[in-house]
Amino acid sequence: MNAQGKVFKYGDNIDTDVIIPARYLNSSDPAELATHCMEDIDKTFTERVHQGDIIVGLKNFGCGSSREHAPIAIKAAGVSCVIAETFARIFFRNSINIGLPILECPEAAAEIQDGDTVCVDFSTGVIRDLTQNKEYKAQPFPPFMQKIISAGGLINYVNQNE
Amino acid sequence: MGMTMSQKILADHAGAASVKAGELIEADLDLVLGNDITSPVAIHEMDRMKNRRVFSQDKIALVMDHFIPNKDIKSAEHCKCVRNFASEFGITNYFDVGQMGIEHALLPEKGLVVAGNLCIGADSHTCTYGALGAFSTGVGSTDMAAGMASGKAWFKVPSAIRVLVTGKKRKYVTGKDLILHLIGEIGVDGALYQSLEFTGDGIADLSMDDRFTIANMAIEAGAKNGIFPVDEQTLAYMKEHASTCGKTYEADPDAEYTRTVTIDLAQLEPTVSFPHLPSNARKISEITEAIPMDQAVIGSCTNGRISDLRAAAEILKGRHVKKGLRCIVIPATQDIYLQAMEEGLLKIFIEAGAVVSTPTCGPCLGGYMGILAAGERCISTTNRNFIGRMGDVTSEVYLASPYVAAASAVTGKISSPEELQ
Repeated sequence: MNAQGKVFKYGDNIDTDVIIPARYLNSSDPAELATHCMEDIDKTFTERVHQGDIIVGLKNFGCGSSREHAPIAIKAAGVSCVIAETFARIFFRNSINIGLPILECPEAAAEIQDGDTVCVDFSTGVIRDLTQNKEYKAQPFPPFMQKIISAGGLINYVNQNE
Repeated sequence: MGMTMSQKILADHAGAASVKAGELIEADLDLVLGNDITSPVAIHEMDRMKNRRVFSQDKIALVMDHFIPNKDIKSAEHCKCVRNFASEFGITNYFDVGQMGIEHALLPEKGLVVAGNLCIGADSHTCTYGALGAFSTGVGSTDMAAGMASGKAWFKVPSAIRVLVTGKKRKYVTGKDLILHLIGEIGVDGALYQSLEFTGDGIADLSMDDRFTIANMAIEAGAKNGIFPVDEQTLAYMKEHASTCGKTYEADPDAEYTRTVTIDLAQLEPTVSFPHLPSNARKISEITEAIPMDQAVIGSCTNGRISDLRAAAEILKGRHVKKGLRCIVIPATQDIYLQAMEEGLLKIFIEAGAVVSTPTCGPCLGGYMGILAAGERCISTTNRNFIGRMGDVTSEVYLASPYVAAASAVTGKISSPEELQ
């Protein structure tokens, strides 16, 4: 499994309130949530993002509220992968559970720049910045997490095993 | 190697003699919680399951609290979805308008969580029940769905930070000031993936309401859970509210902690966290500039309990909210509301020019009942001051205790209760 796309780079402590503000949580429709993704921190994100693009954050990405609407909005906006120095733990679980690939890699998170084109191999954890011609190695997912992600989330995975 | 209190609870629920930090385990759940925002997503996920089922009708709690009484048509549809689900599966602990309260105040009050329990909830502040000596943590909606169906969840066993509490609090210092101070010390990711285990002789000086407030905000330091030892106060609380006192766990004497943070209660002051992170904590004596406020909110799962309302009433009694400032008081549950009425607190609030709302999360997450306009500022007893949390992206939230929020409501700027004397 691979992903390749243009990078949207953000800073530390990107919380789930800015990823999807609570005023839109009266909906649980992924397509509708996607139209407000990152709205409170990057008003033009939804106009600029293309299928396959990658979000890069620094420390504690996805902190705050447990709303699964946050990774749902990111995935439905077309983002193929999130790379960060560290993730908040609930966001980490939620992303795996809905089949949004995320990778922790401090070096890549620090050096990759906004607008770079990046390619990720999920089975090896190799992240390549094609713009800067640099390569990084993240911890690959343990096999059970890879299976959940390739099934498209925890529920599909559970269904496959029933 | 010994185990922490959190690790012991996880080990017992995983049927293991012992567990180690970093280990992945599957454990049996005593309670699965969801609210009107997160449950509909979980219910949609369950609808996709081949074998649509619940593991127990009694060990699932569904609390309509965030956008209720329904704030708009879409919110009404969400509640209807959960109401129908609860009815279809015969969920006994479904709480709707009239019985509901803010989930993390309601569940302990109803005796649904006791010491030694393992709980997950699709709400990040589920960590509140650590005050009772339970292991409880926030998850997302898919974990909630899997938990409702199977009664199980997977966990990575956390390492722990020990928070050693000593001494006695001064007047006007509360659990809120302790937790804001702690988050200021260790940062919003200071306890990422870890437990915060509170210990020390100072805990005896913290009321149950103080402990609920502290455990509630463990997530704001990134923690997986916050947990308190079970003492006489905990047992008395459970005897009053629950049919059992659960099981008391204690950390092993040789349990490993990655670090110890010591907090001397006597050194704490009323503390305010400035925008836009809970870690931007400042002692009230260090705030020398006048910071005018447009609104004060007193309530939430963090500070909407009876002792919080008593503290606010102590300040507001015989005084008046500053002209031009809106003060919104939100008792966290119906029982707290009733008790506040019987104690005459509601009369004090209304005579002071505040409004009193039915229980709801409302403004805390920018839902309704007190949304801020561009550039407005609010002093709030809630738990998050992120960008846009309570309204416009240029509005600001300052986190504080009920004493400080009430004093600030009177003066119209951030104030210590001592300023009013």
